[in-house]
Amino acid sequence: MAVPTGTLHLAAAIDGDGQYQAPYYVELARLAEEGTLDFITVDDTFGPPGPGRGRLDALAVLARVAPATGRIGLVPTVTTTHTEPFHVSSAVATLDWVSRGRAGWRVEVSATEAEARLVGRRPAAPAGELWAEAGEVADVVARLWDSWEDDAEIRDAATGRFIDRDKLHYVDFEGAHFSVRGPAIVPRPPQGHPVVAVAATDPVTWQTAARHADVVYLRATSLEEAGRIRDELRRRAVAHGREPGALTVLAAVAVDLADGEGAPGTAPAVNSPVALIDTPGGPPLYRGGPAGLAELITGWHTADAVDGFHITPVAPRHDLERFVNGTVALLQHRGLFRTFYPGAALRDHLGLSRPASRYALEREAAR
Amino acid sequence: MSRQHQQIHLAAHFPGVNNTTVWTDPRSRSQIDFDSFEHLARTAERGLFDFFFLAEGLRLREHNGRIHDLDVVGRPESITVLNALAAVTERLGLAATVNATFNEPYELARRLASLDHLSGGRAAWNVVTSSDAFTGENFRRGGFLDRADRYTRAAEFVATARELWDSWTPDGTSRPFAHTGGHFTIDGEFGVERSPQGHPVVIQAGDSDEGREFAASAADIIFTRHGSPAAGRAFYADVKRRLARYGRAPEELKIMPGVTLVLGDTAADAQEKAAEIRLQQVSPQTALLTLEQIWGVDLSGYDPDGPLPDIDPDPDSQLTQGRVRHGDPLAVAAKWRALSEEKGLSIRQTVIEANGRQSFIGTPAAVAAQMTEFVAADAADGFILVPHLTPGGLDDFVDRVVPLLQERGVFRTAYSGTTLRDHLGLPYPGERG
Repeated sequence: MAVPTGTLHLAAAIDGDGQYQAPYYVELARLAEEGTLDFITVDDTFGPPGPGRGRLDALAVLARVAPATGRIGLVPTVTTTHTEPFHVSSAVATLDWVSRGRAGWRVEVSATEAEARLVGRRPAAPAGELWAEAGEVADVVARLWDSWEDDAEIRDAATGRFIDRDKLHYVDFEGAHFSVRGPAIVPRPPQGHPVVAVAATDPVTWQTAARHADVVYLRATSLEEAGRIRDELRRRAVAHGREPGALTVLAAVAVDLADGEGAPGTAPAVNSPVALIDTPGGPPLYRGGPAGLAELITGWHTADAVDGFHITPVAPRHDLERFVNGTVALLQHRGLFRTFYPGAALRDHLGLSRPASRYALEREAAR
Repeated sequence: MSRQHQQIHLAAHFPGVNNTTVWTDPRSRSQIDFDSFEHLARTAERGLFDFFFLAEGLRLREHNGRIHDLDVVGRPESITVLNALAAVTERLGLAATVNATFNEPYELARRLASLDHLSGGRAAWNVVTSSDAFTGENFRRGGFLDRADRYTRAAEFVATARELWDSWTPDGTSRPFAHTGGHFTIDGEFGVERSPQGHPVVIQAGDSDEGREFAASAADIIFTRHGSPAAGRAFYADVKRRLARYGRAPEELKIMPGVTLVLGDTAADAQEKAAEIRLQQVSPQTALLTLEQIWGVDLSGYDPDGPLPDIDPDPDSQLTQGRVRHGDPLAVAAKWRALSEEKGLSIRQTVIEANGRQSFIGTPAAVAAQMTEFVAADAADGFILVPHLTPGGLDDFVDRVVPLLQERGVFRTAYSGTTLRDHLGLPYPGERG
């Protein structure tokens, strides 16, 4: 077996359409944290997820979860089409503050006419246009996070000054779709930049993902396909002047562990292929036992096709429990996945350094 | 129940970004770390308060073209902090200030309903409006509301949010909504099931005639600035009288002034501490800046320990941005000059004197008595306490005054319900057909 080229990263969705009670989410988050996963996600849409159905605001759910957990990363979906970029920046920065450095956000757009009518300010637009705008939102959000230098707060009683205002910066962002003056209201978040994720499951998202994302999920049913897509995303990232390793690429997989093998002893042989079922409109489905899923993850990661997996448990309580206590336990036993969190911040789990404020660097360079 | 036993409602205001908050005190802690919010919220819940209150910022204040640097600067986004506080408290109401000008009804109604669910029915929304282009520069919608449009937009905003909250039946059925109005024309389905309170509690801050009328028609609580008994009684009578026009009972709208307080072991001790705090609140730099906000011109050449300027204010000045300018500058300047001359006060001393004293100063027993009397005299239904220290500014009040209010029979000894509406004795909104 080849040695994996990088750290394995694992994340899990704890979605709960129609679940309105905080303990539901807290229980799943703690389970995922017992499995030392990099982060959990909660999905969101601007409008209802379907006719007659409802869900809570995803960032609100993970803010509620934050004090009830200690290490795991928290990545809600936040939509950019109908929301003010300034509000997005403030809310994600605040999630980073209340979680002490564990926040991220998954950028998403709202392309339907039904969603446009909930706001009544603009008509629906093509996905390509909305993703270009989402890129601008991600850009200005990060500028606002940088708009306070880390040491802007000085509390200098002698001069009566609470901040050094030379270390607060207007962002003066002028995009094709909006402008924002700045600076942020929220001081620079603990991670500097909370983590930016994009579900790059549709090529329409790739430009924005390659340019702005730290984490991307891709959609592939074979490791060969996954490797090709990762190469393409990395190539585009390099074209934007980024390091190819700046992107952490996770394969999105839905997992149904209901009827699979009961114990690791019944696992299939290491080299037997584990097939993913292509499901239109969602991530490919793995159906089987926890050990078989561990084989799949080991195989893809060992072949260096992806940096890890974002799994969506089909029946969250059941499948996440089997994933953590079965699949993750096996991967840990084999030395392929961490058994504790060496760092406190989500960026630590992902091996990302804490970026300096671009304005601090500019000011430094101008001296 | 006799008038002496009129029940008091209490709220804790997290210290704000103005000079009421003393950051130079060695006990002052972070205005942004979650620990600070948790400390004050837990203190308020230990004291069985009705709710915890957060203000909002959408643009950093400026003075003379530069970011204001003398007070606390920067704060987190309110609703996100409150969702996190819901994890570390069980009964305390959680109130967020959110601007109706720079948000849209669907999105905000959804965020507030989510907070109400995740907190088990403890959400409140302090509706504020803004019209300034200065703040609008941070938003794609810009800032261009006429002053007169501010309340019509806010009123339609609240009414629309209520339509959205009512679009789900209590048994979990979603029905389509359609709203057509001057400010919003929207339709579709609301994405969040009816929350435990039905509608989060609505707070309104603002003392103008339009503000009072808006509150009488649509709010559950008014956050006022009337901290004196006489002004409080007049305001209270005026607002409660307006309720009948909307078919509402007087107890359906609670009047809660924002107040400050200083406790001491003796009356003299309390007065001495209060004077020290007022001095801390007005540094020499803050004294000059306060004066510049009125005069509207650069006064950096003046000595804060010297006399007031003899030049007249510029009434049309744009020197200060992002802050409400109170009153006619020429009249305020004349009043301050008279004060300075009469008592022989320097600039700094004049600013301290003109700022006024804390609302309640005294021993715990005296403050408990004054508060009881204030409410018994129909000058308020309770108080929003604004501490000057983050985050320990209400520790003493909760430890020393709350037990005395309980002994007097004017404050609860346990939470009797689980929701903020329960604490406030507010009715649950009926479902609209």
